[in-house]
Amino acid sequence: MKNILKIDQIEKYYGSKSSLTKAIDNISFDVQEGEFVAIMGASGSGKTTLLNCISTIDKVTSGNIFVDGQDITRLKGNALNKFRREKLGFIFQDFNLLDTLSAYENISLALSIQNYPAKKIDEEVKKVAKELDIEDVLNKYPYQMSGGQKQRVASARAVITNPTLVLADEPTGALDSKSAKMLLEKFNFLNHSINATILMVTHDSFTASYASRVIFIKDGKVFNEIRKGADSRKIFFNKIIDVVTLLGGDVSDAI
Amino acid sequence: MLFKLSFKNIKKSMKDYAIYFFTLIVGVAIFYVFNAIEKQGVMLKITADQRIMIQVIVKILSSVSVFVSLILGFLIIYASRFLIKRRNKEFGIYLLLGMGKRKISMILFIETLLIGMISLVVGLIIGVFFSQFMSIFIANTFEADMTKFKFIFSKNACIKTIMYFGIMYLIVIVFNIFIIGKCKLIHLIQAERKNEKVKIKNPVLCTIIFVVAVGMLGYAYYLVTAGVKYMMKNPQDRLIMAIVLGAVSTFLIFWSVSGLLLRIAMSLKKTYYKGLNSFMIRQISSKINTTVFSMTIICLMLFVTICVVSVATSVKKSEEDGVKKNCKADIEFFSSRTTYEQREEQMVYLGEENNIINLYQNAGYDLESYLKKYVEYYTYSLYMISDGEVNSACSVVSLSDYNKIAEMYKNKTYELEENEYIIIGGSEVQKKELNDRLAKGTAILVNGYELVPKYTTCRNEFIELTDGNFHPAVYIVPDNTLAGCEPMADNLIGNYKANTKEERYKIEEEIMNMQTTDSCSIETKISLYNDCVGVGIMFTFIGSYIGIIFLISGAAILALKELSESADNISRYAVLRKIGADEKMINKALFGQIGIFFAFPLLLACIHSVFGIKFGTYLTSIFGLDGLLPAIIVTAVVIGLIYGGYFILTYLCSKSIIKSRN
Repeated sequence: MKNILKIDQIEKYYGSKSSLTKAIDNISFDVQEGEFVAIMGASGSGKTTLLNCISTIDKVTSGNIFVDGQDITRLKGNALNKFRREKLGFIFQDFNLLDTLSAYENISLALSIQNYPAKKIDEEVKKVAKELDIEDVLNKYPYQMSGGQKQRVASARAVITNPTLVLADEPTGALDSKSAKMLLEKFNFLNHSINATILMVTHDSFTASYASRVIFIKDGKVFNEIRKGADSRKIFFNKIIDVVTLLGGDVSDAI
Repeated sequence: MLFKLSFKNIKKSMKDYAIYFFTLIVGVAIFYVFNAIEKQGVMLKITADQRIMIQVIVKILSSVSVFVSLILGFLIIYASRFLIKRRNKEFGIYLLLGMGKRKISMILFIETLLIGMISLVVGLIIGVFFSQFMSIFIANTFEADMTKFKFIFSKNACIKTIMYFGIMYLIVIVFNIFIIGKCKLIHLIQAERKNEKVKIKNPVLCTIIFVVAVGMLGYAYYLVTAGVKYMMKNPQDRLIMAIVLGAVSTFLIFWSVSGLLLRIAMSLKKTYYKGLNSFMIRQISSKINTTVFSMTIICLMLFVTICVVSVATSVKKSEEDGVKKNCKADIEFFSSRTTYEQREEQMVYLGEENNIINLYQNAGYDLESYLKKYVEYYTYSLYMISDGEVNSACSVVSLSDYNKIAEMYKNKTYELEENEYIIIGGSEVQKKELNDRLAKGTAILVNGYELVPKYTTCRNEFIELTDGNFHPAVYIVPDNTLAGCEPMADNLIGNYKANTKEERYKIEEEIMNMQTTDSCSIETKISLYNDCVGVGIMFTFIGSYIGIIFLISGAAILALKELSESADNISRYAVLRKIGADEKMINKALFGQIGIFFAFPLLLACIHSVFGIKFGTYLTSIFGLDGLLPAIIVTAVVIGLIYGGYFILTYLCSKSIIKSRN
């Protein structure tokens, strides 16, 4: 299988010499094509910083990140924007939908920024809307939708461009349990049916249990890593709980 | 502590509100400049006539100032409402920390005071500086001596400016306290989290309203242009109707277009789904939705600015041209042989000869020595019969007298058969009636002679010195028809024995000081010119005063609105960046968004102005309106510079706002 993401000994420091904070302290891991990886950790463990570095919103202090064989830590300016819009899809905790646009326009915007032919846009939007079960909200505005619908619209926007890698930052953070479950099932569906590679950051064990692999981070370092393999989701969930318990009090209170 | 908070706040928001600050300073400066004119007039070496003219201008300008201060007051209150809205979160935090509302009001009070003081001081300094140019301008137009430069500072204008703006800031302070008192903590804290609700208007309703509005506007246009002749019957009602119709339809057009714009754009799928176009159009339409009212105000302000400045500028120019064209001699004397008996309501001939030269000679002056060339002539006032009716007394001049004057003026001379007459001059209204009669070949009976018209229309020649294109109608008849009639008045038209401007002024002053036994009225080119310059300059001053204030207020409101939205837009543009839009795309969308926002009211204002200027030319037609085109070009340049400047500044500021906070 193809290696989509390769993180090679990255470090990220904040602050000055006198008070240095190591947000990421030498992390390395790979993500294969078609994988659904969850990154878990407590608040302040560095997981969001890690995601920001992968998504090129933030810059690493040292080390390299390869996406599809390309070293993204060396990209600058418009090349960076081009990389972001062609290779990445984003899903955020607070949806980040544009409130002035309808769901349809929010999704189509991702394509039109890439100068995708206007004629084909409609077809693509309808297709992805069907996959994510949001056909009936396409003409609604963000303020008219529920959180779950908004997040599925955001997901549609993220995957419509066929990105190499979909990055999700606490996607269920603002959702009730029912919507969260529905969204995660859609993630699984996207992962299996269109072979989307998903990297998700979360502190919720239930959310993480939908992934095929979970990487635990503590104090900026990789603490542990478990794979789902042939286990059922329930067994995998229990395994995750075990690791979280091992991690210590700071994460257990997040469950 | 409070003072420190206020001071830091001003420093922090200085960059965002540079435009507001700039507008305030310009407002103060202009207010000072136009109120300082009185002082500048006093300092100049000008004639008494000119001094009176300046006093009139000053009086009018000071009442215009009240109006201007109302406009600026409106702007300041409107702007301060924006500024408070933007800082909701900050005030929310203060309240959360336990600061009382009174203290928050105090912070705002200190801020307003500081902003007010700084803008006043800076504005006054700039105003004093520019008023020096104003004195050069006034000196030039009145042809006054301005060899020595004097620095002029008007204490009165300064005090007036401080007083007016002081009152405005005071009102703002009261207003702010009122607003803060009404605030609820929950709204302040959650101010940012409010999602914009997208109001979609019913497209059918929009179309209907659009059609109705266009119809109303069309009727308003008709009232002030083609239908203007009916307006004279009932001027007030019709004019008010046109204004109300115009304003209401402007509002309705903005209202309906904001709804339709989106529909139309969305139907153009190819363009709509290209790049950030869909985002940009949504941005605009959501904003126009919420700003229909201020758009209307701005559009109307721009409209008034365009009309006032272009009509005023062209009036000034045509006034000056009018004198050059219609004053072909330096001086005209007029000594009446009649007196008007009020009891019997008719002219009574005094029966004495009033030869002008003799008149002066009797008083001990040698008028001839002052004049290079002169023509004496008689005017008659005769009742004549046409169509069997007795006309009111008409002024009549003999053909030979007319030709003498025409030769001096280098105008066209005429020849008449014994039974012919011509009419020269006449106002527009008079001409219409007279031309009708001439075309019919109506014969007149003068002093027992029957005469027929030589031409079918009134001729454009003239005798008297006037300032404009308007000359009273005069009948020219063969000499023999006037035999035995007593002239109504003795007249003399002459040129000074002078080559330079100074000599002409000197001769005029001497003649004006001569005392004669019999009254004799005098009209001179110089005094006519000064009157005209006065009228012209009055129009220019009032036009540019109101125009510039309107323009900067309108542009400032647009700019502030746009900038406060940019602050809200930070998160939207951040999303665009996250999903991979590059800077070029974002800048293009921002430029388009602000550009359309600025262009929309200007466009409608331009269409309004086409008709408004037409109406303006009609109203001021007594002055004549030549050179309208250059005036319009000047206006376009001024508006382009100021309005365009505000647009560019707004774009640059918005760009830095959405960039720096990301």
